[in-house]
Amino acid sequence: MTMLKEGRPTAPTPVEEAHMAPATATGNRALMLEEKLIFEIGSTDTTGVDFAVAPTGENRLGDLARADAIGLPGLSEQETVRHYTRLSRQNYAIDLGLFPLGSCTMKHNPRLNEKVARMPGFADIHPLQPQSTVQGALGVINELAVWLIKLTGMHGVAMTPKAGAHGELCGLLCIRAALEARGDARQVVLVPESAHGTNPATAAFCGYKVEDIPATPDGRVDLEALKARLGPDVAAVMITNPNTCGLFERDMKVISDAVHAAGAFVYCDGANFNAIVGRVRPGDLGVDAMHINLHKTFSTPHGGGGPGSGPVVLSEALAPFGPLPYTARMEDGSIHLIEEENVGEEMPQSFGRMSAFHGQMGMFTRALAYILSHGADGLRQVAEDAVLNANYVLRSLDDVLDAPFGGSGPCMHEALFSDKGLAEGFTTLDIAKGLIDEGFHPMTMYFPLVVHGAMLVEPTETESKAALDQFILALRSLAERAKAGDEALKGAPYHAPRRRLDETLAARKPVLSWSEPDLAAAAE
Amino acid sequence: MRYLPLTDSDRQAMLATIGAASIDDLFVDVPAEARLSGTIPDLPDHASEMAVERHMAALARKNLSAGEAPFFLGAGAYKHHVPASVDHLIQRGEFLTAYTPYQPEIAQGTLQVLFEFQTQVARLLGCDVANASMYDGSTACWEAIVMARRITRRGKALLSSGLHPHYVSVAQTMAKFTGDHLAYETPELDSKTDSQKLIAAIDKDTSCVVVQYPDILGRIEDLTALADAAHATGALLVAVVTEPVALGAIKAPGAMGADIVVGEGQSIGVGLQFGGPYLGLFACKQKYVRQMPGRLCGETVDAAGKRGFVLTLSTREQHIRREKATSNICTNSGLCALAFSIHMTLLGEKGLRALAGLNHAMAVQAAGRLAALPGVTLMNDSFFNEFTLVLPKDARDVVRRLADRGVLGGVSLGRLFPTAPQIGNGLVVAVTETVTAEDIDIFAKALEEELA
Amino acid sequence: MHMSRYFTDEHEWIDVEGEIATVGITDYAQEQLGDIVFVELPAEGTTFEKGDDAAVVESVKAASDVYAPISGEVVETNSALEDEPALVNSDAEEDGWFFKLRLTDASELEGLMNEAAYKKFVASL
Repeated sequence: MTMLKEGRPTAPTPVEEAHMAPATATGNRALMLEEKLIFEIGSTDTTGVDFAVAPTGENRLGDLARADAIGLPGLSEQETVRHYTRLSRQNYAIDLGLFPLGSCTMKHNPRLNEKVARMPGFADIHPLQPQSTVQGALGVINELAVWLIKLTGMHGVAMTPKAGAHGELCGLLCIRAALEARGDARQVVLVPESAHGTNPATAAFCGYKVEDIPATPDGRVDLEALKARLGPDVAAVMITNPNTCGLFERDMKVISDAVHAAGAFVYCDGANFNAIVGRVRPGDLGVDAMHINLHKTFSTPHGGGGPGSGPVVLSEALAPFGPLPYTARMEDGSIHLIEEENVGEEMPQSFGRMSAFHGQMGMFTRALAYILSHGADGLRQVAEDAVLNANYVLRSLDDVLDAPFGGSGPCMHEALFSDKGLAEGFTTLDIAKGLIDEGFHPMTMYFPLVVHGAMLVEPTETESKAALDQFILALRSLAERAKAGDEALKGAPYHAPRRRLDETLAARKPVLSWSEPDLAAAAE
Repeated sequence: MRYLPLTDSDRQAMLATIGAASIDDLFVDVPAEARLSGTIPDLPDHASEMAVERHMAALARKNLSAGEAPFFLGAGAYKHHVPASVDHLIQRGEFLTAYTPYQPEIAQGTLQVLFEFQTQVARLLGCDVANASMYDGSTACWEAIVMARRITRRGKALLSSGLHPHYVSVAQTMAKFTGDHLAYETPELDSKTDSQKLIAAIDKDTSCVVVQYPDILGRIEDLTALADAAHATGALLVAVVTEPVALGAIKAPGAMGADIVVGEGQSIGVGLQFGGPYLGLFACKQKYVRQMPGRLCGETVDAAGKRGFVLTLSTREQHIRREKATSNICTNSGLCALAFSIHMTLLGEKGLRALAGLNHAMAVQAAGRLAALPGVTLMNDSFFNEFTLVLPKDARDVVRRLADRGVLGGVSLGRLFPTAPQIGNGLVVAVTETVTAEDIDIFAKALEEELA
Repeated sequence: MHMSRYFTDEHEWIDVEGEIATVGITDYAQEQLGDIVFVELPAEGTTFEKGDDAAVVESVKAASDVYAPISGEVVETNSALEDEPALVNSDAEEDGWFFKLRLTDASELEGLMNEAAYKKFVASL
């Protein structure tokens, strides 16, 4: 045989500590590319778009022509694609892995939804086209509305709110309009301590005084305290159900009955509807208004922080007060709009318009495609698997992490842990940042406020058992390290595009836009 | 059930780990009478991807899309060509399926985009700072009125009659509940705006004057006098821009003294989408930044000294300030802001000026042709890409008849101002770079026949 | 040194010189709040009743209200805090003062703690 001794080694030589990862000249690390700002790499003379030559004609701009340099750099198409592709790789996303943010319902976003939303018949129509030319779009709104009404067991639905918080606003405005219609000027909205921050902010935004309702030791609304506070000055109670501790408010119906008996309304924050869709109808629990975050329960993409969409289902008592425009199905099957023009005859008690057009149409098409894909049976399975996954996480970790309400029974779609039992000086933040190194997005941290160092884990129904097991392995390891006082954890993350960022500096000396370096230096 | 990965054997194994006999055991906290025993009646079961796509396509086909017809609608939403790379990039999963960047170490992509977006918007509007976007132009407009109230501690806002009537409606809805006083009158078919009237009406109780630029009838005018008059009594000038492409051709409101400039960003990067999702633009002078609503991204450094970005000044926001927050807003319009920013980067200043120039040139051409029709007059002296025609009869019916002929011929003032029949003969026509000379010809002929 | 320094159980200190009272938050308070990034001060000329919201002190993740510990009219605010809110962390009880009030009711000072009593109070928390 011939003995070929030359050739490529097939096993690497072990790297000594001193030789690990030397700095590169560019700052890049193989696939992880540092990317400068467009203001540093682009120029105002570069463009990635070509236009036809404008026809010559007179100038009708008056004396308003913009003469100053605007300062907007351009890039060629290739540079643009590269810039944003590189930036995208510095983001975590559901498409990469489990995203267990409690209260946010980060589930898989089906691509059929994206395809449907881009059909020209939906994506390329103007909100003020004559109604005869947009019957299909109005049909989508109407069909989605019917599903939302039936899934919640409610009477009507306001489709225009732009996001969950906008939906809360819509619900409270309906309540206020209904109270004013009966000449009742109530001033107070009751909100549990564990509520999302948007609840008190919304109540204050529409002129109400906000009062807290305490929680019981098992993480639920204190029914007796609530009953004691109800009175002729209370306009509404805002309750999240399932609540932000991931628990079902067992007394919901009793609460609703007591609130109604006191002449007030029940607003339900529907952020956690995913846990009960298809299994429980809020209408059966006495709810008067509830927003539905289409980007949570119905899988429209979160997009790095919006756009959201927050339709509000309404009880019979509140439905007449909902916002414009509204769709109505006529006897001949056509759908028409109730707007300012015909509101007087058709919906005289509407509180008016709360955004310019028909709501988040692009989210309606996506949500409807998702709902039709799942159907009534699939949606019920969604809730079951979401709750199953959360309980699996809870029971797989409650021996190493404190589960403050773990003793009171199963959770709904979220598993809640606290920082109790971590070594002195170790916090929820350290565990969260450690998860980043393990390849996961951290859970919701420090919320709800009623639990110290809260870690709220919502796996959602679209995670496989294998993905959950991997996550449980990572979180267990981090919990053990934090309990053992492993100092290295405090430096995490080590492997992300950036180490921990200085938020104090950002807030003390806010730099909110880019300045040319010489100008920035002059401003110092 | 193609989106659900658990198998029945997974479910059984997991129930065993939990120590529950069945799924129903996990729902024990739901009162028995509220638990549904089976699926909700009258609703269909799951469907294949193909079946759903067919259903949705059938609905889509019932609409006349803007690309299929000569198209001249504006009034707060504009058809512009969006380059193919914009939609490709916003569909990258790392952007599309990310959450709000609360964990900055693994969200630098979104954060750097927001920082770039804020800078682009501030420069376009002529302001010091901009936020990371709002729901849409109409809600941004109301937030600006509230912000002016907070800064001036005065409760009366003067709304120009040139402000988009839906924006006025949104503000009126909110003001009913907050107690803000809004002064507003519907516009007249006049080439002159009501700025002299507004100047005369400013007094020591005025928090702000809200003026749209270009306005709902397409009129443009220098805002400096209005800004000076507002400032003289300690009031603010709020400028509203619903067509940001215009600012590639005409002076920025911030440069004319506006204190807060808000707008609808849909024109750049975001399609028509039947009205949403869009994105609200919100910018102001540096000294008011802590009174600003919405998310803000700021520059900082990480523990290793590298430049990075974080959400900042969040003590203004609902999750910290709760009932004392500047606004209840919780999201921005992240993906739309990304689309806006990518499109603006592709354009650059050179491309934006070319785009604006082409829009204006096409609009001038269309205005000349349409105003030459018998009985039709052009109301505007000056305009950017949108103008108002006065027809010899009610425009609402004309628009419907044009649609029946396959021409989407503008927005009638009857649709926008149903309670003001005196201006019902007005037709607002928008002409962008997507309109061809042939489209103008078809529109003009059809309109002539309808008016004959 | 601080013969006339008073403390409240809301962790404010008050130096009184004649009819002018200088108000700030205590070193204990700044430590509890963590890195302070912004202080919102009242406008000069504002009059407060004891207990009114007078200022807001912000860390990155929290905003805390500071109540007027006594009644009076604001005659001066510490403009140095605008550019350097970190002064509250580094020197809470001297250079990091918030505002000066012209007292309207000196009797309100009765019953407030002195330095020793405040130290004892803090130790008991």
